[in-house]
Amino acid sequence: MTAPLTRDEIESLLDDWLEVEFTFHQVGPVARALCKLDRTDQDFVLDWIKRVATTHITLAFNFAKRAPDLIQRFDKRVIEAWAVHLCDTYDRAGMYAALDVAAAVGNFMQQRHEQAAGALFEDSAPVLGNFVHGLSGRKLKLEQGESAWTDGEKIVLPAIVAAFESRADNFKLTKAMAAFLWAQTRFGSLRSDTVSVCADFPDPVRALAQFHGLETLRLTARLARELPGLHRDLRRLGGALGDRLAEGWAGLAERLGDHAEVEDSLALLPDAWHLPDFIPLSYQGTLNPEAVAAARAARLEKEKARLRVKLAEMAEELRRHKPDAAAPDDQPPRFEAASDESEGQLDFELTLDGMPVAPPDDVKQLLTSVFLDFGEIPPEYLVPAGDGEYDPGLYQDQASDPDAVWQGTYHEEGALFYPEWDMGRQHYRKNWCVMREKDVKPLFDDFPRRTLDKYAPLVKQLRHRFEAMRDENRLLKRQTQGDEVDLDALVEALADARDGSEMSDRLFMHMHRAERNIAVAFMVDMSGSTKGWINEAEREALILLCEALERLGDRYAIYGFSGITRKRCELFRIKTFAEPYGEEVKARIAGIAPQEYTRMGFAIRHLSKLLNDVEARTRILVTLSDGRPDDYFDAYRGPYGIEDTRMALLEARRSGIHPFCITIDKDARDYLPHMYGAARYVILDDVAQLPAKVADIYRRLTH
Amino acid sequence: MDAQALTPETHYIRSEPYYEPVGDEIAIFEAAYKNKLPVLLKGPTGCGKTRFMEYMAWRLQRPLITVSCHDDLTASDLVGRYLVKGGETVWVDGPLTRAVRVGGICYLDEIVEARKDTMVVIHPLADDRRALPMEKLGQLLEATDDFCLAISYNPGYQSVLKDLKQSTRQRFVALEFDYPAPELERRIVANEAKVDPAMADKLVRFAHMTRNLKGSGLDEGASTRLLVHAGKLIASGVDPVVACQSAVAQAVTDDPDMLAAIQELSASLF
Repeated sequence: MTAPLTRDEIESLLDDWLEVEFTFHQVGPVARALCKLDRTDQDFVLDWIKRVATTHITLAFNFAKRAPDLIQRFDKRVIEAWAVHLCDTYDRAGMYAALDVAAAVGNFMQQRHEQAAGALFEDSAPVLGNFVHGLSGRKLKLEQGESAWTDGEKIVLPAIVAAFESRADNFKLTKAMAAFLWAQTRFGSLRSDTVSVCADFPDPVRALAQFHGLETLRLTARLARELPGLHRDLRRLGGALGDRLAEGWAGLAERLGDHAEVEDSLALLPDAWHLPDFIPLSYQGTLNPEAVAAARAARLEKEKARLRVKLAEMAEELRRHKPDAAAPDDQPPRFEAASDESEGQLDFELTLDGMPVAPPDDVKQLLTSVFLDFGEIPPEYLVPAGDGEYDPGLYQDQASDPDAVWQGTYHEEGALFYPEWDMGRQHYRKNWCVMREKDVKPLFDDFPRRTLDKYAPLVKQLRHRFEAMRDENRLLKRQTQGDEVDLDALVEALADARDGSEMSDRLFMHMHRAERNIAVAFMVDMSGSTKGWINEAEREALILLCEALERLGDRYAIYGFSGITRKRCELFRIKTFAEPYGEEVKARIAGIAPQEYTRMGFAIRHLSKLLNDVEARTRILVTLSDGRPDDYFDAYRGPYGIEDTRMALLEARRSGIHPFCITIDKDARDYLPHMYGAARYVILDDVAQLPAKVADIYRRLTH
Repeated sequence: MDAQALTPETHYIRSEPYYEPVGDEIAIFEAAYKNKLPVLLKGPTGCGKTRFMEYMAWRLQRPLITVSCHDDLTASDLVGRYLVKGGETVWVDGPLTRAVRVGGICYLDEIVEARKDTMVVIHPLADDRRALPMEKLGQLLEATDDFCLAISYNPGYQSVLKDLKQSTRQRFVALEFDYPAPELERRIVANEAKVDPAMADKLVRFAHMTRNLKGSGLDEGASTRLLVHAGKLIASGVDPVVACQSAVAQAVTDDPDMLAAIQELSASLF
């Protein structure tokens, strides 16, 4: 075993990493504590001090102060998790929050202990999200929060449930909470105006708690009928956790059995008021009437508008198909809806002028949601909207203008988040890149035509070559099976047979049709450094490429990438997979203009996601850039960016995409093999080659 | 008992297949048959399209020749080809040709799976010419009045590659199938799987839960066929949650989170 490092050795390392010369951190005590450890532990702690220091030196110092003590008491894995948590907190909430986390290390270790057996939200959420969608009703979202509650649109669950020893039971309890909160929405608990009813009592807070108790009993009875298996879990878990009813509540429970509605609970509230306080059951969560009211207020008008507009569309559609329909045109179409709850499923029968019509899925969803708010479909919701009655902004989901969020205060609305690989930390930075898709401003000029003229002979050649690739139908001879008899083979085989040798059974011809099934995304560098020749060459290359690809029939998309800092990573749509190649796309190619910097990881990750959503046998991601990744005043410059890009390419490869990189940076050969590790790549020495080469590279890539 | 070998021409359905009509599909099919119009059955997998064809074949007393289409199905696979026998080439009819010759019902199941060039051979049969060109024989086979062409297709596939061409679909009388209404589906499950009505009811509810998941992670909810499978397992004594997991959940998805979610749904219900 290697000898432990001495105190002086450690101190000099720390001096260097923590920049003691400038920061004056007192590393002496840390070194003293560390020199007593064995070499493995020393290496582990020092490695992590170094890694955290790449995020922030003060944070690393705080880690260093505590680590020597922790390593003697806890597992290395737990300490590693704590270090990552420190960095994550710093990323997300800044220095003060991170220092709080550092100070509260005891809590974290306690929590980690719970996490060993606890059900974590991040583990349960993917399963429970689908579980809740599978139950009927409004599609509720799951979110993580401090406690369990719902506002009728989302279900909030705590980060960790650790009431039991076993993880399975903790998961069951989380599931019970989710199902119970779902039941509040589904069976009308949130429909009533609880706040004003409770306000009539001397102590509204207590009244609300008692009401919650009544509803808990009612919904438990409802679940016993609707989901007996779940109810068995509720009883078992509740029993183990000591759930019990206070005196007098059992009688109320009986009266709330079976088919009771929320009105029955409200009617019983005066009785409940005189009983002892309801003892909350383990799975009931909390009531949050303010959040419910806020969500409902925001929802009602919007859904009314949406439903009425949809119905108007339906009415028009139906009338167009049946010009001789019963109702004359001057009479407004009359919808009626009847709900059918008998199957444990919410179903609606919709009629138009007395004739049953099948509502499309979105209308069904709206009807369900409205029904959950009112317990019926109010007649005024069924009046089809008149022309221009509503501002489309009210009923359309508007994609917010990606530029607008930069005016005024900063927020991350409507953006996607991508992680980034931090080489110093050897971990991902979660939700690090704030990514938005934007449009390239189309420029309608003669650029596309000029390019085609300029490269006319090449275009002709490319078209020809690509057309030749289109159908690789080959007539395979001498097959055991096929559409036609291969006469040559048959004659030979018969001759063989006469000759006494064995007769071949390969007597048929088979037409082999290789259908191309390729989707490709092109990711084009739009950073400031492409200004001038490179930009020109890129645009020309894209025009030629599109001309060639159109011959081939592969599905393709083109995106430009650029950004400035992690908060503003931008992908520019030039052509999406669904879009045809036309004047608009040509104008967007013409409109590609150099923007800011070259952060690459997020772009690769986002395009990988888009590619994986496309159905194809082969998926290819081609990046076209002019050099090494770089960003404004940011660690992205240098090895960090190279490592992140490399990681993103590895991820793409793992998800089944074939990445391929084209680079025009002739000075950069040293880092390319490493960065493109997972990908194949080609370096072009001369920008002028780009237009001629790109299509040709693609052809060879997919041949 | 030995398995019975039947040639397609003699495949008459002798006893009445169990079929619950959903709407007026039987009347429409009969009218189409009488008028020599080909029929297109649309609908999700496992909702009763094939059973309906068996029922109609029994009702009309015609032999039923079913071809399950796949992406390597060529025109020769349908029409026929030359084979080599004792040093000579011999023509062998394909299933479509056989059906035309005997005046049977030819049912091309999941037609979109077949290659586009294959679909074209049915075009002359599917319009008023009602003839099958057999290029390799240099013959044109005219269909008798008894012959009927039916194809099925599942419009639920969200794939641009697997869509039916207009030139094909516009030759057919289309019948749309969907999962039966709950009441009817309960009856079907109870009848087919021999489970009691209460269990059938729960299975149907379970199916609705999975159908709610269509679009949020599942391509397709549980079909009536899968319910019948699960019901049969339950009737043989398998625990309902296990039966739903093996017969339904594993059949509709491979995603572990989704499997777990469906497991939780069935565990909540039973």
